[in-house]
Amino acid sequence: MWEAAEVGVSVIRHIKKIVKSTVFKRAIASLLALFGLSLIIFTLARIMPGDPARMALGPRAPEEIVQRYRELLHLDKPIYVQYYYWIRDLFQGKLGISLASFREVTVDIAEFLPATLELMIFTAIIQVAGTLIFGTLSGSRPGSIIDGALRVFAYVGICIPAFAWGLILQFIFSYTLGWFPATERLSPGIRVPRVTGLMTLDALINGNLNAFVDAVWHLFLPSLALALGAMAQEARILRSAMVENIGKDYVLTFMSHGLPYRTVYFKYALKPSLVSTIPVMGLDIAALIANAFMVETIYNWPGLSKFGIMAMFRKDLNGIVGVVLVAGLVYSITNIIVDVILTLVDPRIRHGGG
Amino acid sequence: MVESRELLSLFEKEKAMKRERFKRAWYRFSRSKLALTGLSILLILIISAVFAEYIAPYPQHAGMYANFKERFLPPSSRYLLGTDHVGRDILSRVIFGYRLAFLMIGIVLSIVLPTGTVLGLLAGYYKGRWIEHVIMRLADMFVSIPPLILALSICAILEPNIVNAMIAITLMWWPWYTRMVYSMTAAVRDEPYVWAARALGMRDLHIMFREILPNILGPILTKATLDAAWVLLMGAAISFLGLGAQPPTPDLGTMVSEYMVYFPRYWWMIIGPIVGIAVLIMALNLLGDGLREVFVGE
Repeated sequence: MWEAAEVGVSVIRHIKKIVKSTVFKRAIASLLALFGLSLIIFTLARIMPGDPARMALGPRAPEEIVQRYRELLHLDKPIYVQYYYWIRDLFQGKLGISLASFREVTVDIAEFLPATLELMIFTAIIQVAGTLIFGTLSGSRPGSIIDGALRVFAYVGICIPAFAWGLILQFIFSYTLGWFPATERLSPGIRVPRVTGLMTLDALINGNLNAFVDAVWHLFLPSLALALGAMAQEARILRSAMVENIGKDYVLTFMSHGLPYRTVYFKYALKPSLVSTIPVMGLDIAALIANAFMVETIYNWPGLSKFGIMAMFRKDLNGIVGVVLVAGLVYSITNIIVDVILTLVDPRIRHGGG
Repeated sequence: MVESRELLSLFEKEKAMKRERFKRAWYRFSRSKLALTGLSILLILIISAVFAEYIAPYPQHAGMYANFKERFLPPSSRYLLGTDHVGRDILSRVIFGYRLAFLMIGIVLSIVLPTGTVLGLLAGYYKGRWIEHVIMRLADMFVSIPPLILALSICAILEPNIVNAMIAITLMWWPWYTRMVYSMTAAVRDEPYVWAARALGMRDLHIMFREILPNILGPILTKATLDAAWVLLMGAAISFLGLGAQPPTPDLGTMVSEYMVYFPRYWWMIIGPIVGIAVLIMALNLLGDGLREVFVGE
């Protein structure tokens, strides 16, 4: 009994700590900002000339049906009434009916978002791994061949937009060499029942190792295309931080105490160097939700862009607002996660000092 | 009369000092070979964009033109980058594409730079007042989502064309300047020289624009150069996704998406526009890095 109460008290204390924390404050702030954003984009979408109902149903639809459609979507009422309906629906988890697919926008987004999330996760893995490997390698030997190569690569990497990387990689590795598939998420013939929408996870849940390998195979090129540019820059940042930290007195002290070079390098020099790398990395990973639009188009990836671009071309207002909100949500959540990770790495932030 | 002569010599001295400072800055800038390379590439590109009619081998190929006898030609001495699906010279289109790219960068930055700077100055100078909260919370809204998505949506809600792409990018870009200028202004607003100006009874506007602004102008201009590259990337991405300039406009991003249809069979078609984008971005980045060394190294 006593222990249970103690646990309860500590849980409450923990919750209080969370509420006071900067992360929680940031979460609230970004929720409010998203709310404001919805207001702006909603207003912009409604004051534009043109009749969305007419546009959705086509020029040949009889006026009567268009009128009924307008009433159904409250398009005939003043804008603040429309906004009221929209917000009311939002709190019930609805974003309105898409004028392009005639389904709930949330249904559409739930169908397409997981593919993008999977792409983002894989890109993040490649990006982080590449940054760590190339950053530490070139940081440990400034002036070496690897270091020089990274320098050149960083300059080239920043100049080439993600869609160009996508096309270049697709051309080299799938059309010329044939090592990787060019489009889609799975090879034809392989089927995985949908559970979470993340293809690799679904394959594992079903115990279908073959499909898992195939899914990873398909993920590789688009993720690499998204990761390359950002990775090159982050590796450069990590490299210069490493070079700076290696020269510090505390590293020399560790060395003189006889700690193995490897331990000093990868534990005591790497960790403070990450503090300057993680914020940049976090911003890049969060921005993937937008950059994925370019690469998904090339690899015919059934992600958020597929729905988003269709909604944008059809002027599907509910769809556009939905995509903006969901993208903003993913962006904010990713940023908050990065904040938490930064807090874990950097004791100065954790203890509220310096 | 003596005072006026003294004043005049003081004036001369200050002028000489200014010249000296500029010379030093130029020296620091010119020491970096990369920055000089960036500047020269940029100048060449600007000149070829301005005189596109005279420099492009086939100026009439830029827009509506078709010659189906010579479509899908690989690069040769006649068509350096090959021809596209209706037989237009890709090199000429890329050169005209630069004209649009510079136009876009110029227009967007010339709207965003003053607007963002003024709003940032106001918010930073009146820190803690309502004006700061209004401006900064509005800026927060725009940065709570990746710029590309909101720009795409604005393009879609308006009409997909190049002018609206510029409007969308402009709408997306001011908060980043405002945030930067805000934090710099907030950092210097309690410096002694600001207090001195206030003690002399100068108006707030004078302090903002004549005292604070010159002191933070360097980083702002540096960011503008680096941002020119981002504006270009953003415009290319919007066009690439089909929501920016529409064919047959010779826009670099539109060209990539137009030619992607014939990919990978006629793969050389996309090389021209992609290299075109990459070279311009590289030049801008090199220049920006050089400027940063001049201003931030100070």
